Amino acid sequence: MDLLIELFSEEIPARMQPRAREDLKRLITDGLVDAGLTYASAGAFSTPRRLALAVEGLTAESKPVREERKGPRTDAPEKAIEGFLRSTGLTLDQLERRAEKKGEVFFAVIEKPGRKAADIVAEVLEATIRDFPWPKSMRWGSGSLRWVRPLHSIIAILSDEGGAQVVPLTVDGIAAGDTTRGHRFMAPDAFRVTGFDDYAAKLRRAKVMLDPAEREAAIRQEAANLAFARGWEIVSDEGLMTELAGLVEWPVPLMGVIEQRFLDLPPEVLQTSMKEHQKFLSARNPKTGRIEGYVTVANIETPDHGATILAGNQRVLAARLSDAAFFWENDLREARAGMQAWAEGLKAVTFHAKLGSQADRVERIAALAREIAPAVGADPDQAEQAAKVAKLDLRSAMVGEFPELQGTMGRYYAQAAGLPDAVADAARDHYSPLGPSDEVPSAPVSVAVALADKYNILGHFFAAKEKPTGSKDPFALRRAALGMIRLIVDNSVRLSLEYLVSKDIDGASFVYAMHNGAALMTGQPDGSTVITDFNSAMVLGNQFPDTFGRARSQMLEMFETGHDDFVKLVDDKPAGRFPTKREVLELLAADLLAFLHDRLKVHLRDQGIRHDVIDAVLAMLGSDDLTLVVRRATALNGMLGTGDGPNLLQGLKRAANILAQAEEKDGVEYSFGADPKFAETDEERALFAALDAAEPKIAAAMRAEDFPAAMSAIAALRAPIDAFFEAVQVNTDNQVVRRNRLNLLSRIREAGRLIADFGRIEG
Amino acid sequence: MTSPEQADRPRCFQDVILRLQSYWAATGCAILQPYDMEVGAGTFHPATTLRSLGTRPWAAAYVQPSRRPTDGRYGENPNRLQHYYQYQVIIKPSPPNLQELYLGSLKAIGLDPLVHDVRFVEDDWESPTLGAWGLGWEVWCDGMEVSQFTYFQQVGGHDCRPVSGELTYGLERLAMYVLGVEHVMDMPFNAPDAPIPLTYGDVFRQTEREYSRWNFEVADTEMLFQHFKDAEAECARILDAAAEDSAGRHIPMAHPAYDQAIKASHIFNLLDARGVISVTERQAYIGRVRALAKRCADLFVTTEAATGANAGDAA
Repeated sequence: MDLLIELFSEEIPARMQPRAREDLKRLITDGLVDAGLTYASAGAFSTPRRLALAVEGLTAESKPVREERKGPRTDAPEKAIEGFLRSTGLTLDQLERRAEKKGEVFFAVIEKPGRKAADIVAEVLEATIRDFPWPKSMRWGSGSLRWVRPLHSIIAILSDEGGAQVVPLTVDGIAAGDTTRGHRFMAPDAFRVTGFDDYAAKLRRAKVMLDPAEREAAIRQEAANLAFARGWEIVSDEGLMTELAGLVEWPVPLMGVIEQRFLDLPPEVLQTSMKEHQKFLSARNPKTGRIEGYVTVANIETPDHGATILAGNQRVLAARLSDAAFFWENDLREARAGMQAWAEGLKAVTFHAKLGSQADRVERIAALAREIAPAVGADPDQAEQAAKVAKLDLRSAMVGEFPELQGTMGRYYAQAAGLPDAVADAARDHYSPLGPSDEVPSAPVSVAVALADKYNILGHFFAAKEKPTGSKDPFALRRAALGMIRLIVDNSVRLSLEYLVSKDIDGASFVYAMHNGAALMTGQPDGSTVITDFNSAMVLGNQFPDTFGRARSQMLEMFETGHDDFVKLVDDKPAGRFPTKREVLELLAADLLAFLHDRLKVHLRDQGIRHDVIDAVLAMLGSDDLTLVVRRATALNGMLGTGDGPNLLQGLKRAANILAQAEEKDGVEYSFGADPKFAETDEERALFAALDAAEPKIAAAMRAEDFPAAMSAIAALRAPIDAFFEAVQVNTDNQVVRRNRLNLLSRIREAGRLIADFGRIEG
Repeated sequence: MTSPEQADRPRCFQDVILRLQSYWAATGCAILQPYDMEVGAGTFHPATTLRSLGTRPWAAAYVQPSRRPTDGRYGENPNRLQHYYQYQVIIKPSPPNLQELYLGSLKAIGLDPLVHDVRFVEDDWESPTLGAWGLGWEVWCDGMEVSQFTYFQQVGGHDCRPVSGELTYGLERLAMYVLGVEHVMDMPFNAPDAPIPLTYGDVFRQTEREYSRWNFEVADTEMLFQHFKDAEAECARILDAAAEDSAGRHIPMAHPAYDQAIKASHIFNLLDARGVISVTERQAYIGRVRALAKRCADLFVTTEAATGANAGDAA
């Protein structure tokens, strides 16, 4: 049999339709299968006013089911037997008694007769309607049913060669039937259908294209044709395309032309305004590179071929673009005047209650960008300047209207202000990379500002005790960390993060003291103690320097040098000395680095580098230089994956294990003094020779950061090490020989340690 | 020659209003008059806010002058006004043909859905100050938003049972579209061939200028803060008053209390326009108004429940 379901309602939000189609299909087919039916295929469809499902090849009834369940022993406590009866829904006399090894046991034998498809469909459909997982649902009128918008009618018909039959079902007063309606305006009358093919065909006659994929294809095709006729092309926007298909039952794309007076607006502005306010597709003229037209998708064919509709849309567009042009011109005026008012305005914008204003933040980022500049090959003055202008567009009218244009407008306004291109580009690009697929800036000034921005976000939120926990990451710190990593690694930036933190350019240590309970205990003449917290001392000291200025500087000095009276408050009580500024910075560096390393592992794992390899590299000195870490890990990963790698790893581990055991037993560390003159076998002598050759090569390669060369140098040790272990017994009775061999093994261990902590590698 | 649609077009602003009034009167709505207090939207009228609570059926339509001090543009912006009109329809329970009724009203003012592109685009409505929300759409005509269409789910923190259907038309914008006017001040207010033809500007240009100045620059914020506190206190005092009057009659006073909540809300809007409320304070003020609105709603519901039996007998 074939099943057709249609749930006809008032307009379903476009964004909810794709999920709703999937949910309808899943819930119905799962329900049918759970009830013992099978089907050949199923397809779900939606328009703004209907959700539909066609199931083909459905069995006419479910097979009878015989289910046996083993219960408690017949002499079990009454409670246990009652529980079993409850769970099976049987009475005591309906249970069977069977002898088992351990005694007589109750058995429930439940026979379920086969059920007709219609009964099952009715049950499953009602349950689906009542529990449908809409992201938001509502009630209407006096009813209690919930649906995304008022539900008006239900089609539920089963059909086979014998004809079609309505599934008997009533949900909250709505009886299932075989009737639906066409397009709201063009074909509003009700009509009856007998099955899916009939349904889809009659809908088409009634100006409804049922399949959203077909509507989307029709929009795509017609929009492209309309654009082509003028020599234009549609600017691709997949999200909008899908949304448009969900907004119409009968798509009628219409092309309009943007008035000449708006063509000087930046293309991003035109596109964003038209998309956000009116859901227009943008059309670009490839000859001029400008956006000069648009396509609006109407839901109706009119006698005037859309002339009235287009005229109306054109008017609305003109009003919107007038607003945009007004913003643009005012903003440009401000930009040409130097953007001082915007800089002032940033003082009034709170970045975060704990971290002050956007203006404060800009100052910090500027200082950082200057510091970072040499490491990324940027001019420090330009980096600082770029950081100072990068956020100014947040105060522009255009970004106020379209927040998604932040950065994009920043570049235009920086250009208008006559600033160098590198500065303007940094204004646009310093937010990147935002997502994993977002491009990473490579221009030095952009990289400096982007790194400074992200570093400051991370450091300050960490210092203010706002680290992400579990799934909660309200300030997108994980994204900022990944952004930093990609900026550093993709641009091969050499930056010691520990050193950067230790310089405390952006005052993270101060933020830490403000938000981690720093306080001063002052003994009073009467023997009592007054506790002044750091936070209020700083605020008051700033506001009333005459009265509180001294207390402020005193506390800052104690923070610098450490003092027993400068304490950490836990639950408002002193709990020991507050760490000094230097100690705080060490804490922060460790915290930050651990967080970055975690993100780095995720990032590298996605690129096929084993997590244990990364651990082995991170255990080395210099792990705060992420570019170095990645190079080492990549080289090591490559070596371990091929040729001598796995065997070498075994040899290194074996050497390390034997040493560890001997050192444990003897209570000494074997580290140097191996002498070839005590060698007894050729294999020992060969290993001495190999190490003599390899050690300087490895050391030199590591110094030159030529990691592949270091890898091949150590890989050359594989054969001698293997031969050594094959032929030589390390723990002999001759103590001199044994000690010599252990010292020889320590040379292997040292050679390995130059490259990575091999002990952390699995296998 | 004019097409049938053009022939049947309204000719002026008041024509649009009169047609909506006749149309909704014909559907059976009680045509109410504007509420005599300053409000930000037609929803604040007790005929919507309070009447959407409780179980009694209700159907009303009315024009509501609405004030949004921050939208003032000294009468210069073609579309923005600090004082404008909304047309509001509220029907409880929402009838199954509410969309059709609504589309009929568009036809009545000369927008034929067979020539225009009328669409229901998702837009959920929420009023933080009223503790209210609902689901529905903004209705687009040829890409322009002409109405808000909402099924109330909650008002004053109470679940709406039954659900009210609410329609809100922004009258100036709608009329400008129907009449083909680019600047609101140019819109004919009465018939263009009347003995004394008046434009919207003739009626409101000067007031827009004056109120814009007062709203943005002159309103005494100290006094307004005090008025806010006074309205808040009076609202609470009314709600806290004994339900029995001096003669022992049971008369709880949800409506007078609600007036004070409306007043507080408008004063908050004025303070907002003066730019003296910070982002953090903003939430706190909205919360204070919401608390008042909720208590008024509570009292309205209990009062209606207590008198509901009588109403049922009468019916």
